[in-house]
Amino acid sequence: MSATSIRGASAIVGVADDASPTGQLELSGRALEASMIEQALSDAGLDIKDVDGVCHAGSSMQLAEYLGVHPRFTDSTMTGGSSFEVHVEHAAAAIAAGLADVVISVYASTPRGDRARAGGGGGRRGGPPPGMGPNPGLEWEMPAGIRLPMGAYALAATRHMAKYGTTAEQLAQVAVSTREWATMNPKARYQDPITIDDVLASPMQTSPLHLLDCCLVTDGAGAFVMTSAERAKSLAKSPAYVLGVGTCHDHSMISQMPDLTTTAGMISGPAAFSMAGIKAGDVDLLMGYDSFTITALLHLEDLGFCAKGEGGPFAEDGKLGPGGSLPMNTNGGGLSYTHPGMYGMFLLVEAVRQLRGECAQRQVPGAEIAVAHGSGGVLSCMSTIVLGTEAALS
Amino acid sequence: MSAEAPRRMEPPVSPVAEPFWAATRERRLVVQWCLDCDRPVFYPRDNCPLCLGTSLEWRDCTGEGSLYSFTVNHLSSNPTGGEGPFPVAIVELAEGFRMMSNVVNCPLEELRVDMALSVAWEELSDGRNYPVFEPRGGTA
Repeated sequence: MSATSIRGASAIVGVADDASPTGQLELSGRALEASMIEQALSDAGLDIKDVDGVCHAGSSMQLAEYLGVHPRFTDSTMTGGSSFEVHVEHAAAAIAAGLADVVISVYASTPRGDRARAGGGGGRRGGPPPGMGPNPGLEWEMPAGIRLPMGAYALAATRHMAKYGTTAEQLAQVAVSTREWATMNPKARYQDPITIDDVLASPMQTSPLHLLDCCLVTDGAGAFVMTSAERAKSLAKSPAYVLGVGTCHDHSMISQMPDLTTTAGMISGPAAFSMAGIKAGDVDLLMGYDSFTITALLHLEDLGFCAKGEGGPFAEDGKLGPGGSLPMNTNGGGLSYTHPGMYGMFLLVEAVRQLRGECAQRQVPGAEIAVAHGSGGVLSCMSTIVLGTEAALS
Repeated sequence: MSAEAPRRMEPPVSPVAEPFWAATRERRLVVQWCLDCDRPVFYPRDNCPLCLGTSLEWRDCTGEGSLYSFTVNHLSSNPTGGEGPFPVAIVELAEGFRMMSNVVNCPLEELRVDMALSVAWEELSDGRNYPVFEPRGGTA
């Protein structure tokens, strides 16, 4: 299949997400997923009976059974936080090839609610989920006492600081700009502005990452619906066309990452941009996975918004915040809005809403091209999705 | 090494890595070598991750390397037995592979990316030794 047959052939036509300033949601599990699917389908003007493709980062087979759907396209791809970007990529290809007409993907995770329901005890930590195969990390990483996932990102940050002179203040600015956006999202966990000093004064977790360099742990859920560009025209909302897709992973364990300062976004980003026919300068809005401040900073470099090593200076003048030249993570991101574990779904939902002009106070004026860039594992799997409005399609 | 007993999670031994852990009983650091690609393979595998070949042999390492990166962990208990924050490191070995470990015998403020390190050994409960690293030439 050629790239041109994917570009513009499909669109995200329905989205939903939920999170709360309390960090906790009422529903959980399949009930929460079903609620998200229903909302996303309703957003699109579609019905569950229209669905013939199902994606899930756990088991698409179990989800489809629960929903009573018999999909002819199924995808259980699980690449951590970037799973949902990969779902878009696969669904875009499937729709372009005629393998499916209406594809859904959904995510729900409620670590806070689960803990509360279990009586306040600690949740499950460490070890592979069942069925994930052997975990070499138990033999080759965990004995060194690394705290995961944050320790992995800290190792990347230390190396980046040593190699390029990136400062703690520059990393902190990413959190500060992101919080500025969160002040305009009534569902965000944290909505009060913070300063660089606040970030630096927050407790050191695993150096050089302070508490406010790290994403939240909150309940959250979301879903999207995709269909063909042709069918999208007749649906309820303006389509967010899939213009470009690209994915690459280059390790699973952080000690196997080829270069701690360069992610596989160097592959996924240019692939997606090239398919879309865009350059970094054309992007109106970047939803760049911010599990940690260093994560977002690496995306800026690897997607070509600045040169390798220049992420720190690029971020430091606030151009990522409201009114800046590169609005990033306008929902408040994983750092301030919500982060239930695999955050990539929320990147897509916000990107679509921005392209539709639905973001009220935090709306990026005239947004035509948005990039959702997911990062899964420990800087392991990068997946880049370029979305655009009708105007960007031609 | 600190007088206090280490609290390290003792690594499991995967079948393919038995020679690695056996060598640690003699405080030898060994690595698999792909004879087709002429390069080290770490972590231990049945296949070379470059050519998928199986012509792998175990070779002794010099035990010398440098600090590729580190993070001082303030959250977990110190596996080396000391109190307080401790460094988790990725060490670049002279042979051209990297492994995760800890730096010992080095004040936290003297840790530097790319500093020279040598392997040191910490006893595990079953006679194996865990490879840790210290500033080359001993205590910094």
